[in-house]
Amino acid sequence: MAKITFIQHNGTEQTVDGVTGMTVMETAVKNMVPGIDADCGGACACATCHVYVEPDWREKTGQRNPMEEDMLDFAFDVREESRLSCQIKVSDALDGLRVRVPEKQF
Amino acid sequence: MSEEVISTDAVIVGAGPCGLFAIFELGLLDIKCHVVDILDRPGGQCAELYPEKPIYDIPALPIVTGSELTHRLLDQAKPFKPEYHFNQMVTELTKREDGRFELKTDGGLVFNAKVVVIAAGGGSFQPKKPPIPGIEAYEAKSVFYSVKKMETLRGRDILIVGGGDSALDWTLNLQPLARSLTLLHRRDDFRAAPDSVKKMRELVAAGKMQFKLGQVTGLTGEGGVLASVQVKGNEGPFDITANAMLPFFGLTMKLGPVAEWGLNLHENLIPVDTAKFETSTPGIFAIGDINTYPGKLKLILSGFHEAALMAQEAFHHIHPGERLLFQYTTSSSSLQKKLGVA
Repeated sequence: MAKITFIQHNGTEQTVDGVTGMTVMETAVKNMVPGIDADCGGACACATCHVYVEPDWREKTGQRNPMEEDMLDFAFDVREESRLSCQIKVSDALDGLRVRVPEKQF
Repeated sequence: MSEEVISTDAVIVGAGPCGLFAIFELGLLDIKCHVVDILDRPGGQCAELYPEKPIYDIPALPIVTGSELTHRLLDQAKPFKPEYHFNQMVTELTKREDGRFELKTDGGLVFNAKVVVIAAGGGSFQPKKPPIPGIEAYEAKSVFYSVKKMETLRGRDILIVGGGDSALDWTLNLQPLARSLTLLHRRDDFRAAPDSVKKMRELVAAGKMQFKLGQVTGLTGEGGVLASVQVKGNEGPFDITANAMLPFFGLTMKLGPVAEWGLNLHENLIPVDTAKFETSTPGIFAIGDINTYPGKLKLILSGFHEAALMAQEAFHHIHPGERLLFQYTTSSSSLQKKLGVA
């Protein structure tokens, strides 16, 4: 179990329980976090679960994988801290993780 | 633009797995199908979103990719000689006075059908529109998400944004007729075919076009006519002079025209009954991800079941008063003849 906080573009925060082994995207969808559309259902095929990982957590969430890097071409306003949340697996090490949701997944 | 009306038993809207299996189920009952899809190939989400990704919950296929599943379904439907119409979006669906249905597509096709099967999944795949402030004002005049006529872009200063096959293909196609052409991408790697990337780099080396690294942040222009594009680059912001911009950020699913066909909708889904999978308009059916009913699961296997039951009711619409004999493909010689195996 890990607490994960989603920060909306307007600053609203929502902290939910993430289950080990699930993805951050699944955690968001399960808890109806707005702004994580996940059109493709977690196949890393749509870039609509784009998040910005807060600086303190970037090392722990790791690097983008090549498929994810390709998919991010279809996201808007990609930054160094951009990740697709379907590619981040929840673990105890991520307890307290904070990610920002972009204004629009488009 | 063809004004010829295509007359048929059934039009299936959507060539995803459920639409393809519907050809088979309808075919067993001697119902002839035309299939329309907005994509340029069959498979729906299986083709567009996850062609190479394995699916694990198709009965009797422990593992199958989206692309392989599509090919198997095409094979299975083949004996029934379906006619496919790709790159076409059904824009209008109306009931005629004689009880049949008229469908029109954005490509000018007109169908006259006895029944309609909506197997449109999450709706129609449409180009993603990047949320750049004020972009709407430039759409159709200076900002294009697809190219309908290349001539409209002749002699213009074109900016193409993206790194996939669409971006690279249009870069190569439009470069000869553009006054200037710039390709903008967020990184120096491309998901597009390596051969296209190579050709693009050759054009850059020959001074025939430019390639820039960065992402669009804003647009400047007047009256819908673009003048320049503001870009966030790795080494700071810069401007690109352009009076035409083509952003290629992939496709997204939108319900689209289905919403305007006079059907009852519930949260962008089409409610159906679970015996016939018929919509609020008799003769129009909805199967697969686009329908909803108590207990609905958005699984391909559910859509297959829905197609089978839908076909039974579709038969009664097409052959009113006729008795439908339930038969198995394992034992019925008449079904086997239709399948071309007897």
